[in-house]
Amino acid sequence: MNSQLIFKLVALALLACVPLTGDSFYTELLAKTLILGIFAMSLDLLVGFTGLVSFGHAAYFGIAAYTVALLSPGYEAGNLWLLLFASVACSALAALFVGIFVLRTKGIYFIMVTLAFAQLAFFIFHDTPLGGGSDGVYVNVKPSASIGGWVPFDLDTQAHLYYFVLVLLVLVYLFLSRILQSQFGRVLVGVKSNEHRMQSMGYKTFGYKLGAFTLAGGLAGVAGFLYAIVFGFVTPELLSWHQSGNVLLMVILGGMGNLIGVVAGAFAFISMQEIFASWTKHWQLVMGGVIVAAVLFLPGGLAAIPGRIKRALQGGGNDE
Amino acid sequence: MDFASFLIQTLNSLQYGLLLFLVASGLTLVFGIMGIINLAHGSFYMIGAYLAFVLSSATGSLYMAILLGVPLSLAFGALLEWAFFSHLYKRDHLEQVLMTYGLILIFEELRSLLVGDDVHGVEIPALFSGSIPLSDVLSYPVYRLVVSAVCIVLAIALYYVIQRTRLGMMIRAGNHDRTMVEALGININMIYRVVFALGFALAALAGMLASPISSVFPNMGSHVLIISFVIVVIGGIGSVWGALVAALIVGFADTFGKVLVPEISGMVVYIVMAAVLLWRPEGIFKKG
Amino acid sequence: MSNNQHETLLIAEKITRRFGGLVANQDVDVALKRGTVHVLLGPNGAGKSTCINMLSGDLPPSEGKIKFMGRDITGLNAAQRSQVGIGRSYQRTNIFPKFTVLENVRLAAQSRRQQPWRIFSKAMEQQWSLEKARASIEEAGLGKKIDWISGLLSHGEQRQLEIAMVLATDAQVMLLDEPLAGMGSEESAKMVEVLKRLKPTRAILLVEHDMDAVFAVADTITVMVNGQVLESGPPAQIKASVAVQQAYLGSEDSFHV
Repeated sequence: MNSQLIFKLVALALLACVPLTGDSFYTELLAKTLILGIFAMSLDLLVGFTGLVSFGHAAYFGIAAYTVALLSPGYEAGNLWLLLFASVACSALAALFVGIFVLRTKGIYFIMVTLAFAQLAFFIFHDTPLGGGSDGVYVNVKPSASIGGWVPFDLDTQAHLYYFVLVLLVLVYLFLSRILQSQFGRVLVGVKSNEHRMQSMGYKTFGYKLGAFTLAGGLAGVAGFLYAIVFGFVTPELLSWHQSGNVLLMVILGGMGNLIGVVAGAFAFISMQEIFASWTKHWQLVMGGVIVAAVLFLPGGLAAIPGRIKRALQGGGNDE
Repeated sequence: MDFASFLIQTLNSLQYGLLLFLVASGLTLVFGIMGIINLAHGSFYMIGAYLAFVLSSATGSLYMAILLGVPLSLAFGALLEWAFFSHLYKRDHLEQVLMTYGLILIFEELRSLLVGDDVHGVEIPALFSGSIPLSDVLSYPVYRLVVSAVCIVLAIALYYVIQRTRLGMMIRAGNHDRTMVEALGININMIYRVVFALGFALAALAGMLASPISSVFPNMGSHVLIISFVIVVIGGIGSVWGALVAALIVGFADTFGKVLVPEISGMVVYIVMAAVLLWRPEGIFKKG
Repeated sequence: MSNNQHETLLIAEKITRRFGGLVANQDVDVALKRGTVHVLLGPNGAGKSTCINMLSGDLPPSEGKIKFMGRDITGLNAAQRSQVGIGRSYQRTNIFPKFTVLENVRLAAQSRRQQPWRIFSKAMEQQWSLEKARASIEEAGLGKKIDWISGLLSHGEQRQLEIAMVLATDAQVMLLDEPLAGMGSEESAKMVEVLKRLKPTRAILLVEHDMDAVFAVADTITVMVNGQVLESGPPAQIKASVAVQQAYLGSEDSFHV
């Protein structure tokens, strides 16, 4: 247990040092990776812990991002905390609404209908006057972190922005860890293992799944909120199924049911994307090839990689 | 809306629905018989359309393109099954989703590499390029009627093969109990390959038929895929009949939606799906 | 709550279940009384599984009523019936193989007092569910293996785990689907002892193929054939019944006595 904690603290310390390097490109890239890490953790709650494979999780990410963009006043700073509350509330409510429909299905159906509802959301922002259509919406001025006059930090400074993201990542991680150890979390894990048995033991699993789905949507909203703030530009692509596919890939790369792992999965994905893109503009071809090869040739699939690496690292050493 | 316009929209709905049925029938067969969720199915449609474009440009005729394209599709479908999909039968849904997602990326980028990202038109063969007058002002393109007719013929053929032939019987049996079918000495691997190739070819053919109407463009596969999913959800996995009914419902809802409520026409299909989910979450014609 | 000996807890009145054209159960009557073990017997395909599924809420009856302590529960699903006091174990082992024995049973116990909103308190620190789980595990005779990963238990021990899980839900009525299946004679004997100990305060329904081990503990036996009740009564009556002997002739089960 202790070595795990040390590993986490070291990783955190390394991440905290990034803005100190002064390299603004990598700081922004890492901020993006951390944001995707939050997004991946939120999906892991559904896929890795509750066993609900959602292929439409990008909808809640995008809805939160659009909430920020649409509620931000045109040319002055909005309030960070109000925007955080509003965007998370919107994405959570959207997830609650969709959950009521999609949780009536299972298996293949569930995957399809989550995708369909995400497409619906995509359509709403792409084709109706609500968003700016395919052109997207800008957040022209970074929000102000003011709480009744006191301004703890300034988001126009890249370092502050980065640390804000990092702190939220840590908070989301701690929050999810706690929840997973609670009664509610144990029920979710039970549902993944054997939902039928949970029902015959007296659990109304629909309600629990809906709770997980809503929670996951709200946390994806935290990621979407951060995205809008860091990048200042929001488009319907954020709700596309490519986005949903990518985050699912991160969860699988990271080893489902492992919160730190999926953050690492986000790092792995972004790294691959950057590397492949530096080789060719058709980087998606390479990415697709890697994915297909991994599923074909890794017994146990991609999720086995972390286990294998772990075993390789532990080598002849002590077991935990 | 006067009668002629109504007739036009009805014919359009039929034609759109029937094309969607071709695509969705392959999807639901593969779901129902092999239990695989295949996100790349929309890409098959796209491949068919691009194949029609490339072949008709090369040969100067859409007939030749389809004549060559269908056997090519069957062969390519069988190849895909052997190389990739046959490994998915024993894997869980997540791995199927992932691998087929990877395949979409590959197909899209290959298309971009080989044919580029431009939008292309495909010419309607001269014989079918005319229109039938419906009123003083309105007429209906013959080609669209031809497309509908071809789809109906294929639907009947599909029904016949599945319900009335030995192959169809083996296909339906493979649906229920793989080990039992194998014990009967039927080569289940061959059956699966045939079904998959058939599904691929149906989707590709739909793409070929649609290419003069909708043109050929990147991302044409994505939209069709999602609509196909909606159709399978509404109609019930594994039910070809359900796919037909659902495809027609979607065809009508979408076409009339564009005319009656254009602002939200893209949403109409999803609203129908949501309603079905509330009423019958396993699809209207759930198998079994 | 009164604790009358032999009070009728669960009663199924003429329950029928059809699957399309197939009638799996026709007008079946079952009454379960506290302090008794009622055995549902019959050859393969007799409809025993369908019957127990209707009692547990896994399958709604096509016709007929089911009442628990006088209350009509026909429309309740499995989760609701569990909350009312009906517990079920399954023919194919239906546990959480990656969890420990303790966690399997604790999860069952937790179902009695669900507080999903308490997201900041750890489930493993919840004394009441842990105590209840430990007590149930002891009662089921699995105390020595409480920290084992349940997937690694022997077949017989997994059956005991199933019993423990049902106990942890405070079930007044226990529906046990072939709890002795696949067990050797020593394990069977152990399980029968457990059932004898549990009998006085509960109503137990056992679905079984083979009468050998169960005869010692049965108070009433209902024999089903082709979806219908052939005969129902005390073991001696069933043993002597010609109709029952004939029903078993020609089936691959032997009705040994």
